[in-house]
Amino acid sequence: MKSGSRLERVLEAGHFAFTGELGPPQGANVEAIRKKASHLKGITDAVNITDNQTAVVRMASWAAALVAIQEGLEPNYQMVCRDRNRIAMQSDILGASAHGIRNMLCLSGDHQQFGNHPSTKGVFDIDSIQLIHMVKGMRDDKKFLNGDEIDGSPQIFIGAAANPFAEPFEWRVHRLAKKISAGADFIQTQCIYDMKLFREWMKQANDMGLTEKVHILAGVTPLKSGGMARYMATNVSGIIIPQEIIDRVANAPKGKAAEEGIKICVEQIEELKEIKGVHGIHLMAIEWEHRVPEIAERAKLIPRPQV
Amino acid sequence: MIVAERKPIDEIKEMVKSFKRVLNVGCGGCTSICHSGGQKEVDLLNEELNKAFELDHIPLQIDSFTIERQCNADFYLLLDEKMQSYDAVLSMACGAGVQFLSDRIPEKPVFPALNTIFVGVDRDLGWFEENCRSCGECVLGKTGGICPVTRCAKSLFNGPCGGTAHEGKCEVSKDTPCAWYEIHKRLKQQNRLENILLITPAREWRNQTRGTLVQEAYKERYAK
Repeated sequence: MKSGSRLERVLEAGHFAFTGELGPPQGANVEAIRKKASHLKGITDAVNITDNQTAVVRMASWAAALVAIQEGLEPNYQMVCRDRNRIAMQSDILGASAHGIRNMLCLSGDHQQFGNHPSTKGVFDIDSIQLIHMVKGMRDDKKFLNGDEIDGSPQIFIGAAANPFAEPFEWRVHRLAKKISAGADFIQTQCIYDMKLFREWMKQANDMGLTEKVHILAGVTPLKSGGMARYMATNVSGIIIPQEIIDRVANAPKGKAAEEGIKICVEQIEELKEIKGVHGIHLMAIEWEHRVPEIAERAKLIPRPQV
Repeated sequence: MIVAERKPIDEIKEMVKSFKRVLNVGCGGCTSICHSGGQKEVDLLNEELNKAFELDHIPLQIDSFTIERQCNADFYLLLDEKMQSYDAVLSMACGAGVQFLSDRIPEKPVFPALNTIFVGVDRDLGWFEENCRSCGECVLGKTGGICPVTRCAKSLFNGPCGGTAHEGKCEVSKDTPCAWYEIHKRLKQQNRLENILLITPAREWRNQTRGTLVQEAYKERYAK
């Protein structure tokens, strides 16, 4: 075992994994985390704790991850390259491991321009692939990035993101390969709506033998309304939502759009389960944590295996 | 070339308004080429300042003088003496030039009339674009002549990130091409995609402390 995390044990035992997401509050409101956590406990193998997502200031992801642990969740600690240099990153990784955080997702991060401090100085000292490589070096070689010995290496199951839906499409599988050779143990993908494109990407990954080396968790996000579907399709870079999916949610009878969104999400999960090389689902129910138990049940993702 | 743009007139006014005699010094180098700080722009700025101060009933004499380059002592022969009779100096050079000039006359205040914004190229007449961040470790040989430090909004070395939008635009703006989309396209065209298949390790940033360079042939001359 690399980290001994529940997520690692589930995946290594060959079970189909299920991860969720919890966005920390824009403040020190611990109760907000506890409330969100209550919907996810016992349902998910691990929960991603986002790191100042969309570059909006929130409670530190490691701190919210510790609250999640208190609430009986296993956190997947997200870290972006936008806000900290290699010194702060390595120091935070050691601290996270010391406090029992065992999974980490290494990301570049949304550009600061999108957030609530758009004129801040972006750090980007290292990029997400270099971050993955650094964590692996810290864990396996017991060395800091500069080669110095570590006194007590961090035990971290290393995650990375992949987006099959951003251009250049033909390069995306190679970027996945780079993340794997950098040291990624598992991958969580961008929200999948375009199943055809996703299948193509998975086929490439299978053909290149990449799915033998890494656990891919397929990302899904339930659409709450036609407005949300249209907004995401036009304004969020790197997300493709086919028109028929937008139409299904947008044309649902009044008051039934959310139900249609969940129905689509459950169908997607069922379909994803059958794709070779997909080892789990990563459900990003944005500010919709309370609907996760229902989705998990309808998609037959619970009960979770004992490992 | 170093590209600069003029500061807002109100900011310049505020800096110099308490002085009686101000010399506005133009630069015949980069800032002249990018139409921000040459003799022509010095005259335009002085005209604007004169009008503005006249309206505000502020008695201020502002004169002009342009030298070939503000970043080399050889061009200061006349200027050094001329500056003596002024209370303050306004410089229309880049930040490097302003500092060089300030060091020549440390007893008097020197103000920048420009904001230095980047190292760039002429895209077209009067249209300039940033192409280099002077990072000190050029990777252009590997990236098809397209700089990821400057042209990728996140300065990624193993890009593209997941935010590349439709038709290869950067997530930051629909008007900005994704640097890594362009790098991929060019390397593919040159059949050199293997350049970016391997992981580029974390780099040693060399531009975090002040840089100096003494060319090999001159090392002896400056040896202590």
